[in-house]
Parts: sequence; C-alpha cells; structure tokens
Amino acid sequence: MKRGEHTTDRVGIVVVSHSHEVAKGTIDMVRQMVGNEIPLAFSGGNPAGGLGTDVASILAAIEKAWSPKGVAILVDLGGAESNSEMAIEMLSEDRREKVVVCNAPIVEGAVMAATEAAGGGSLQAVRATAEELSPR
Amino acid sequence: MNGPTGESCDMAHELTQHLVEAVVTTIRDHADELTGLDQAIGDGDHGINMKRGFDAIAEAAEIKTLPLGDALQKAGMTLVMKVGGASGPLYGSLLMAMGKAVAGDPTQGQQIQAMLAEGIAAVKKRGKSDVGEKTMLDVLVPVSETLASNLSRHAPPTETIAGLRATADAALERTKAMKATKGRASFLGDRSIGHLDPGARSSQLLIHAVCDAVAESLRT
Repeated sequence: MKRGEHTTDRVGIVVVSHSHEVAKGTIDMVRQMVGNEIPLAFSGGNPAGGLGTDVASILAAIEKAWSPKGVAILVDLGGAESNSEMAIEMLSEDRREKVVVCNAPIVEGAVMAATEAAGGGSLQAVRATAEELSPR
Repeated sequence: MNGPTGESCDMAHELTQHLVEAVVTTIRDHADELTGLDQAIGDGDHGINMKRGFDAIAEAAEIKTLPLGDALQKAGMTLVMKVGGASGPLYGSLLMAMGKAVAGDPTQGQQIQAMLAEGIAAVKKRGKSDVGEKTMLDVLVPVSETLASNLSRHAPPTETIAGLRATADAALERTKAMKATKGRASFLGDRSIGHLDPGARSSQLLIHAVCDAVAESLRT
C-alpha cells in the first residue's frame, strides 16, 4: 500500500499524555516512521490547558483515529490510563470493544504499535506488539 | 421496594443541597493542603484538580435540584470531565455508581450502605486497586464497614455519624505507614512510607462533609 493511500483498513493509534507536547511529539515520531498509512491522533493536557488528561479530548482523539479495525491507545501515567478507560466506556457499545489501552511505554509502544498497524495487523496483534516492550 | 413518601422526598432534596454545599466547601478549603500532600508523594496536582472538579459541581446549579441519584450521577460525570487527573475518573466512578445504586429512599441507612458498596466496587475496578495500597480505598472501605456494623446493631444516627468520622480519621492516619503500590506514588516505593495519602485525605474530608450534611438534615 502506498503512503497516504487510504487508512480505514488499518488499526488507528491514539497517544494520550499528561503533556500536550509529549503527545504531539510522540505522534510526530510515529508519523515520520510510518507516514500517513494509519489513522493517528493524540490528546495531551487537562481541560484547563495544564498538565493532565481530559476525557472529552480523548474521546475526540478516538473519534479522529477511528477505524473499523479498532483503535489502540498508548498512555503515559496513571490518570492517562484511567481517563482513557473512562473515555472507552463512554463510547457506543459496538465501538467500545474495538478500543484497547496498551500496557506499554508511550513512545516506544506507539512506534511499535504503529509499525504493526501499518503492516495490516489486527487490533490484538497491534496491542501484543506494543506490550512486548513491557517488563511484566 | 417502597417508593419515597412526599416527606422523605423533601428530606432527600434538602439533603442533596446540604451535601453539595458541604463537599464543595471542604475541597475548596483544603485544596492547598491536598496539593501539598501530593507534592510529597505524587505529582502535586490533587488539590488543584479536585478544586477544579468541585468548582464545576458548584457551578452546575441544577445538581442541587435533582433527586439524589441523578445528582450523584451528574456530579460524578462533572468530575470525570473536569478534573483532568486520576482523581476525576476515580471520584467520578464512585459518585456515578452510588447514584446508579439509588433505589428507594436515599435517606435510609441501608440504602446509603448499598450505594457506598457499589461506589467502592467501582473505584476498585477503575483503579485496579484494593485496600492496603495507600489509596482512597483505605478510607472508604473501613468507613463502609463501620456503617454496616452500626446499621446491623441499629445504632442511633448520631452515634453512627460519630463512628464514621472516627473511622475515617483513624483510617487516614494508617495510610501514613503504608507503602504505595498504585498510582504515581508507587514510583517512590519505600519513600512513600511516612506520608499521608492525598486521595485518602480527600476521601476523609469528603466523609466528614457528608456526615456534616446528614447531621444538618437530621437537625432540621
């Protein structure tokens, strides 16, 4: 598949960080490696614009990166994970089961997940590839 | 299940107003202290985040006018959307689950016990956590147990309220000696020992606020 062709048959990747810059920078790195072959989106910062995470913004990112094959989320720390899980629960029932939070380091995990997604891997394969990086 | 009578409806409505005022006031008054506790073992935003969330509850004027179950769900969703830290989904899940559990008269002890049990289950699920891990659960769970034991021996309401306050205080103090294994504080390992847990402190403050509001409703 050529770069930028079309993306709906690839798993989407969402990066959720407490920092807007970290989230954006991670996606920049991913994009440089895998181009626009997969749907990508990020959310960083709290509703007041400071460090933290924002459920509404995470929901919007999932929407932006939506793919019928599903969306894998990479998170940095505690609140990013629980707010991402909260956002998943707020999705419609048919979409909920197609979104997963990967237990993986955010930058390395996003790159590995995106590489697998770009190769056409399933949501389970994308998640497993990212989680190979985890110590446990 | 008996539907609420007119009288208990009014009582419940009044209770909701007292509850909102009490919890918002205590979080505003202690925001700096909570942030200070969180700077010691977390990322130093607990007070700021909680204040943002509870300010939003205060601004959502309709919450005070809703039946308790709906008010709790709306307040929980407000925390989820506004807090921006882990305490948002945790306290949000607590309140939403408590709100969903309302069936019958929410001014009755057994009903409150059932609501609290559902709320605690939601916090455990959301935080993938349980007692003994230096979290808000280390206050909420003992408080729930005290409530259950007071109800089972039909203790008078004033005695129950005093018991809940004392349990919350003692439970908070016990978090000092605990080692954090959940959340940001877990990165500190043994260095988390010796500090009060900020989430346990906010839970203890909220338990006192709820006790204040219920005591106020009992007086009027």
